[in-house]
Amino acid sequence: MTIHNLYIFSKNGTLLYYAEWNRLNKSGITKEEEAKLMYGMLFSIKSFVNKISPLDPKEGFLYYKTSKYTLHYFETPSGLKFVLNTDNASQNARELLQQLYRDVYLEYVVKNPLCQLNEPIQSELFKLKVDELFKKSPLFLSRAI
Amino acid sequence: MVIYGVYIVSKSGGLIFNHDHNVPRIENEKTFNYPLDIKLSYENKKIVVSFGQKDGINVGHVLTAVNGNVVIGRELENGKDVFELLEQPDSFPLSLKFSRARMTTNEKIFLASMFYPLFAIASQLSPEPRCSGIEILEADTFRLHCYQTLTGIKFIVVAESSQSGIEILLKRVYELYGDYVLKNPFYSLEMPIRCELFETNLQTLLENVEKSGTGSV
Repeated sequence: MTIHNLYIFSKNGTLLYYAEWNRLNKSGITKEEEAKLMYGMLFSIKSFVNKISPLDPKEGFLYYKTSKYTLHYFETPSGLKFVLNTDNASQNARELLQQLYRDVYLEYVVKNPLCQLNEPIQSELFKLKVDELFKKSPLFLSRAI
Repeated sequence: MVIYGVYIVSKSGGLIFNHDHNVPRIENEKTFNYPLDIKLSYENKKIVVSFGQKDGINVGHVLTAVNGNVVIGRELENGKDVFELLEQPDSFPLSLKFSRARMTTNEKIFLASMFYPLFAIASQLSPEPRCSGIEILEADTFRLHCYQTLTGIKFIVVAESSQSGIEILLKRVYELYGDYVLKNPFYSLEMPIRCELFETNLQTLLENVEKSGTGSV
């Protein structure tokens, strides 16, 4: 089980935070471009899911899976988006994202008056806590490369 | 166990086949008094609920009938504007019928071509090398399974999240495609599939899977 990388987007698509742990494949484009591509894809998936859903969706899109990785998606009612890439064996990544929102984002960004909301997160404490949370999680087991 | 639909997308991203299997129809009729306690708005040539959820009428539902008269666009059959009607207190009480918007064929074609870049970007943004595109996409109301063949054709099944063994079903659909579509001399590649045998066999397959699981196929 591995955690690859994490994106946090604001409600209007700004990349607030990016972190990576085990990432083998670089996409070959800059981080900014990649974030735009990722946000665009999620935005399309959201509207795709809304249209194709046979019943009224509540939470909507939860995750997608490819042959090598799984992308977990968690959106708060305020439009904040948490995106986590893990391998396919990882379970309960959604809880981890909720925990990240509740215990780290709210505590160290929202309650920090020096952090501007909707702007990239600069706080070192936040970085530290995110890293701590993920390394503590059972999902995080880096493989010997 | 419910399968909602099967879609086949060609190598170039066009929808060449779709089959709605068991799409539940969500409809609600309710009598309203003046003033309306839900907010309606006009978008995409439909009158939709934009705010206020009650009694099974949710945001995004489309107004289909007023007092039993069918709504076309923003007008009733007799040419009356619905919004004007809703603003007149003396026309109330009114019975309004709402239903969840059903996809038109055009929308399906649009969605199929939308899935194509999503599939490609998912493999481009992969943190691991040599990754495929989206195989499973899950939302709270359904799960979408996609199987891409070596020749680039995508078979997509939308089913209930609890339905298992869809991978086997997808391969069986591929088999049917090989047998009844490709061996049909009147079928030209990349074109919409209109083969009766294929449709009937697919229908039987889906019913079997729903009834007794994928063990039987």
